Amino acid sequence: MALNELQYEFKVDNPTTILKENYHYGVVGSGDMEVLMEKKDLGGAVKVKVVTPVSGFDKVWERVLKKFVTENSMGDVSLEINDNNATPVVVTMRLRQALAELVKEAEGGDK
Amino acid sequence: MDNTKVWDTLLRDTNERKKKAEQYVKEGKIVAAEDTVALLEAVIKSGDKVNIEGNNQKQADFLAECLAKVDPEKINNLHMVQSVVALPSHLDIFERGIAKKLDYSFSGPQAGRLAEYVTEGKLELGAIHTYLELFGRYFIDLPPKVALVVGYEADREGNLFTGFNTEDTPVILEATKFKQGIVVAQVNKIVDKLPRVDIPADWVDYVIEAPKPFYIEPLFTRDPALITDTQILMAMMALKGIYGPYEVQTLNHGVGFFTAAIELILPTYGEELGLKGKCCSYFALNPHPTMIPAIESGWVKNIHCFGGELGMEEYVMARPDLFFIGPDGNLRSNRAFSQVAGLYACDMFIGGTLQIDKYGNSSTATASRIAGFGGAPNMGCDAKGRRHPSGAWLKCGAEYGEREKLVGNMPKGKGLVVQMQETFREKMAPTFVEELDAWKLAKNANLDLPPVMIYSDDLTHIVTEEGIAYLHKCESMEQRMSAIKAVAGYTDIGLQADEKETKALREKKIVQTPEDLEIDVTRANRSLLAAKNIRELVEWSGGLYNPPAKFRNW
Repeated sequence: MALNELQYEFKVDNPTTILKENYHYGVVGSGDMEVLMEKKDLGGAVKVKVVTPVSGFDKVWERVLKKFVTENSMGDVSLEINDNNATPVVVTMRLRQALAELVKEAEGGDK
Repeated sequence: MDNTKVWDTLLRDTNERKKKAEQYVKEGKIVAAEDTVALLEAVIKSGDKVNIEGNNQKQADFLAECLAKVDPEKINNLHMVQSVVALPSHLDIFERGIAKKLDYSFSGPQAGRLAEYVTEGKLELGAIHTYLELFGRYFIDLPPKVALVVGYEADREGNLFTGFNTEDTPVILEATKFKQGIVVAQVNKIVDKLPRVDIPADWVDYVIEAPKPFYIEPLFTRDPALITDTQILMAMMALKGIYGPYEVQTLNHGVGFFTAAIELILPTYGEELGLKGKCCSYFALNPHPTMIPAIESGWVKNIHCFGGELGMEEYVMARPDLFFIGPDGNLRSNRAFSQVAGLYACDMFIGGTLQIDKYGNSSTATASRIAGFGGAPNMGCDAKGRRHPSGAWLKCGAEYGEREKLVGNMPKGKGLVVQMQETFREKMAPTFVEELDAWKLAKNANLDLPPVMIYSDDLTHIVTEEGIAYLHKCESMEQRMSAIKAVAGYTDIGLQADEKETKALREKKIVQTPEDLEIDVTRANRSLLAAKNIRELVEWSGGLYNPPAKFRNW
């Protein structure tokens, strides 16, 4: 199946970047996805690249990602998502989990 | 007084038919399997109301196949009154012109074919019922003339042992036999002595040893290996946002993976929240294998079962304090009584659905399948006749936003009816829709009403991955619709949500997100499940649970 590549860029007020240089979370199983988060000087923006076999849901991706970036006031981060038919539910949860795990690790918490 | 009027036509008719059938009776009430079609042709007449026993668990499959083989020249225009349409033979009798009309409750795999037959005029649909409603009609306007039922064993006199899977048999036979009808039973084995008598011989006219054991569907077996992280997140939300605060002690769980996930995190997350003993003590529930860890951890005090679940026989026998057990040690299930319990004795029903509309009406009907709902509408409603109080019922009633409008200053409880569903199902089909497909089905199949599983005015809570909507707290339809939008995620309905309004609803605790409930989303993964696969369920049961072959993957 041909893969679609989607690109997005978001900018929020007073963004903060992530606590680690880079972080990987998730597995590209069926109905799931992985995300690679990387600290990068993007002038405060967040750039996202999504590789997905699904087409026709560009707008939904945009909304899911925008909400995630806005809720967490993220900036200067590059996100790379490899998707294998994850629903918006799973995408939202994986992103939340990725960020929370990243914070735990950076703060030397359990893992 | 007119002394010429005959008052026992039903009995005379039955006796006449039984006389015709005498030639097929071998010994006592026993008829040979190969004579079954001829027996049915003798005892059934065109236009009869006929019941084929079967539900989402056991099936009188041999008798159903035999009925499909009778000569349609001799027997036609039957009016079938039965719990489910599940086997191909249930529709073959319509295909062959033996039956014409159907009143039923639930159809699973045959739902598509059923819709076709209705559209083509091969089948006249009376109505779709909930089980209890259909059972009620058996005693009023739909008593079966002939019932074709199923049990494990019979003795030579015709006593039946229905045991673990007693299910619908007593209610069907009460309605048939005491209205002078005729009862034909298929059993797996004819024996000299039964373990116990579930149905007395004088309710049974003919007994047939079927060529093979009757079919049972392990419908309530959910493999924990298939439970997703999202389902676990939603299970955590349900426990922390509903089970905990309402202290729901009496309840029924639906059949899906969401409630299986709840069952499997009771011994982990539930105990961590300190809920053991405070909720989930009493159930109207089939013996779900996924309940084993919670039972073994001491959560449950009592379970009454609608039916038996394949493979759970020995486990249930070994836990007689929790289940309803006969003098022989076997479970006695009873669908009618368990439905009564679900309606009147349970504070909460929680289960999944396919679609929820913007008002909060939900249905599992699709445009081309007439599936029916089984027992869900019965348990998934606020029982208007309920009078006994309980903590959960009083709390929900006290929170009810429209109570004053309806009953003034009178205190009143309310049952919890919870629909749990991700905002998108597989293939990105949205759960939240502008209009239920049930409307299209009603049009396609010429039904009087769109088939709704749970009506908006009964629904108290929706759980999605986005949050919980406490719909009963709403004071108007407008507010209710806003609360639904707030948990509808990225569906078209969800995208209409107004940020400010959602914020206000969260402050009023009409909507609560996982963050509001202080749930750590990183913990929403499979390590929270007390058993991660069927094999671990077997281990929890101490080897007493014997899963069907298709669930044995080790």
